[in-house]
Amino acid sequence: MASTIRVRAILNGDITDVQTLIQHPMDTGLVKDAKGEIIPARYIQQLSFEHNGKAVFLADWGTAVSKDPYVKFAFKGAAKGDELKVSWVDNLGATDSLTAKIQ
Amino acid sequence: MRTRPTLSILTAALALCALIGASSPAALAIDAVDPAADAKAFRDFFVKKFPQVKFEDFVNGPYSMNEDMRKQWKDKEQFPPYEFALEAGKEMFSKPFKNGKHYADCFENGGIGVRQTYPTFDEKEGQVITLELALNRCREVNGEQPYSYVKDEMAQLTAYMAFTSRGKPFDIKIPNDPRALEAYENGKRYFYTRRGQLNFSCASCHVQNPGERIRAEVLAPAFGILNAMPIYRSEWSGMGTTSRRFTTCNSQIRGVPLEPQSLEYRDLEYYLSYVSNGLPISGPGARP
Amino acid sequence: MTGSLATRRLILKGVGAVALIGLGQVSFEASFGLMPALAAANDKYPDDAFKQKNAADAIKALYGRDHEASDKVKLDAPEIAENGGVVPIAVTTSLPDVTSISFVVSENPFALAASYHIPDGTVPAVANRLKMAKTCNVIALVESGGKLYSATKEVKVTVGGCGG
Repeated sequence: MASTIRVRAILNGDITDVQTLIQHPMDTGLVKDAKGEIIPARYIQQLSFEHNGKAVFLADWGTAVSKDPYVKFAFKGAAKGDELKVSWVDNLGATDSLTAKIQ
Repeated sequence: MRTRPTLSILTAALALCALIGASSPAALAIDAVDPAADAKAFRDFFVKKFPQVKFEDFVNGPYSMNEDMRKQWKDKEQFPPYEFALEAGKEMFSKPFKNGKHYADCFENGGIGVRQTYPTFDEKEGQVITLELALNRCREVNGEQPYSYVKDEMAQLTAYMAFTSRGKPFDIKIPNDPRALEAYENGKRYFYTRRGQLNFSCASCHVQNPGERIRAEVLAPAFGILNAMPIYRSEWSGMGTTSRRFTTCNSQIRGVPLEPQSLEYRDLEYYLSYVSNGLPISGPGARP
Repeated sequence: MTGSLATRRLILKGVGAVALIGLGQVSFEASFGLMPALAAANDKYPDDAFKQKNAADAIKALYGRDHEASDKVKLDAPEIAENGGVVPIAVTTSLPDVTSISFVVSENPFALAASYHIPDGTVPAVANRLKMAKTCNVIALVESGGKLYSATKEVKVTVGGCGG
């Protein structure tokens, strides 16, 4: 099954620019469906980025992060071809993970 | 909102003919229908009204009209919300049907880089064929069920096809056939006719008030308005086709929406695409 | 004819005086009795902070300290969100030793929207897309050298359009 995670990690000088888009509904638990029933909360709580086994970024998210969440950040110390591991876990315990190569 | 009448005398005469039930081409003053002149007048109107907008930028709808919105859009285009639909569309397009054939077999150039030629006028059938119609026909001819015209798979497929045509200018042809001219005029008439409880024509918003707000939304110019299709709308939290937008707009002006891909909608799309000839395809797009 | 659908026809909620969250009155050190640990030192999901309703309580639960406005925190957010469900908001800062960056949307049902751990070697800048329930202040918080700084901007959120 295709990953929910899309990553672009590009080296610019000594800084790696990372952009991520994740396919996830980020349901708040406050919205009702067409039948008038609450759509249960389902949202990514933690999103982590690891390079060479070290955490380079950790996001703690609440329900106010948009559907198909996006985040952009940058870090130093990587080289072209290095691996960047991206993982998330949501409030229901679902997870997904992807390892991307730094371009 | 008070407006000047937008129907030209010619179009009013044509509307009258239609009411009388004159459906034969002979009743149409064909020699008075000049799509090329229309397109030029349409283009000149918008270019003159918005001298600060770069020509290609008209395809960006409200983003060509409002700086604050443009900035938000550019931000999101770094990793756009239609990304997943586009990927899904590409995958779907290359997957064979149960009988082994592909979408590519139904289109010129295997369906790659052809979106800008749709809609076309099919002279055999005597009607306008849109890209979505062509795709469903392709499916049916190959033993598959047709898709809904408004979203999901149809939006994903057209997102991919539009993407392969990005940058190519709209190149809609009107053959020298009275039925094609009639379809064009029918679309033009629809565009300028008021409807719904709010009594708006397409022109009321998109010709008379682009850049202005209707309640909280900034209106897009009609020139190039279909170039970004299909679109991911934040309002829909998802993708939608031209059909989705036509039907929802009809509802929003408190009119009765037609069936997606009905004759009038296809003629409307034919007209709107033709008068935007020369503007580049920018789809799939994102909108508020 | 132009102007009858002019900008002032916007249905703007909350236009008027900007209500800045004044947090300078409470001394957290006094109420807690000890210096609160840095938010970044703990990788545990700050469940409690995300459950707080208002900005003051969320910031207290997350950082346990006061924040002061700083022009070294640059908050980038639109004047009027094109859609309250997806508002692109970013922060950059020239402050040193940044360990944490967070975003609070003051009138959301739960004020804390997102919090980011910034380890050594990571640039102190984040761009994300947040939901905003209505016109209100967005507060960007930056934990630098053990202290908390902020920048605040009002973002207008409109409701009701025609998909135009």
